[in-house]
Amino acid sequence: MTGVLPVALEDATKVVQALLGAGKEYVCVMKIHSEMPESRVKEVLGEFQGKIYQRPPARASVKRRVRTRKIYYLDVLEIDGRNALFKIGCEAGTYIRKLCHDVGEVLGCGAHMQELRRTRAGPFTEAEKSVTLHDVLYLHDRWQEAGDENLLRRFVLPMETALGLLPRIYVRDSAVDALCHGAHLTAPGVTSLDTGIGSRSMVAVFTLKGEAVTLGRAAASTEEILKMNHGIVARNERVLMPRGTYPKLWRSRQQPETKVRFSFSSFVKD
Amino acid sequence: MPSIVAPWMVKRELVARSEAETDPDFGHKPEERPYPDLVKFGVVNVDKPPGPSSHEVAAWVRRILNLKQTGHGGTLEA
Repeated sequence: MTGVLPVALEDATKVVQALLGAGKEYVCVMKIHSEMPESRVKEVLGEFQGKIYQRPPARASVKRRVRTRKIYYLDVLEIDGRNALFKIGCEAGTYIRKLCHDVGEVLGCGAHMQELRRTRAGPFTEAEKSVTLHDVLYLHDRWQEAGDENLLRRFVLPMETALGLLPRIYVRDSAVDALCHGAHLTAPGVTSLDTGIGSRSMVAVFTLKGEAVTLGRAAASTEEILKMNHGIVARNERVLMPRGTYPKLWRSRQQPETKVRFSFSSFVKD
Repeated sequence: MPSIVAPWMVKRELVARSEAETDPDFGHKPEERPYPDLVKFGVVNVDKPPGPSSHEVAAWVRRILNLKQTGHGGTLEA
């Protein structure tokens, strides 16, 4: 199988969490096991849009129980004899091989997946800055010879690209280091945010320069957050930025005036 | 027609809550990160060839770029 495979480097590996659950798009060639009228094939493929039920295949890394998956669209591009070419946008964890098999069952004659190419993984598409391993090797070698960082930028994208489909929350500089230490985001730190955030939505928290700080789980909706003066806006799920990138502008809780110290001698009677 | 909208079709809009400025002395715009942070916080959108597994492709990228760690987003397997 070929196509879009985002590879995260070093500290950016933390963002794959956001990609694993992201929707995918594939172009697929399905082989039908006997002659079928084109209209019938189109009709059956069309039925596989929306919510579908799917039982993971025998060789799967998940428990084999029937589960539902969302198929955002399934566009038939071409039907040539027993071959059907289609483009499918689907939820993470949809097995296309299995889908082809199931389409064959509905057709009554059987079908299987012949070829598959991924054209999208979350925000990454094959059209935008997609590179082959040869490109990576070549550009890296040229960078080592010439030392021009722009050669690296031709194929290394900022990790923020991976968060492109998540709703964003921008925070002021003074909130950044606390978040890097694991604090939850509270209302005063927020400067702007995306519409459509719901309570429990996964959100990406950014600095005003656009750097990713954390991945979080929203505790309130966009409308609610806009009205809030205090309280938790998003719970911290994953810290992406190293501590100390921004200055520490938060106060630690006051230490008690007199520390109570116990020593062994205090328990021993004279 | 599908009633469910693909996540990449959703249009979002930023709304302001308060005004603030950012100190240019700390951090960098993602697209202006200097080396080595540029690699350390980077992602490569690889066009996977047929044959090797997703895991192997990630390992090759790691070797080519002389890195300690890479991870891939979503296995692309038979």
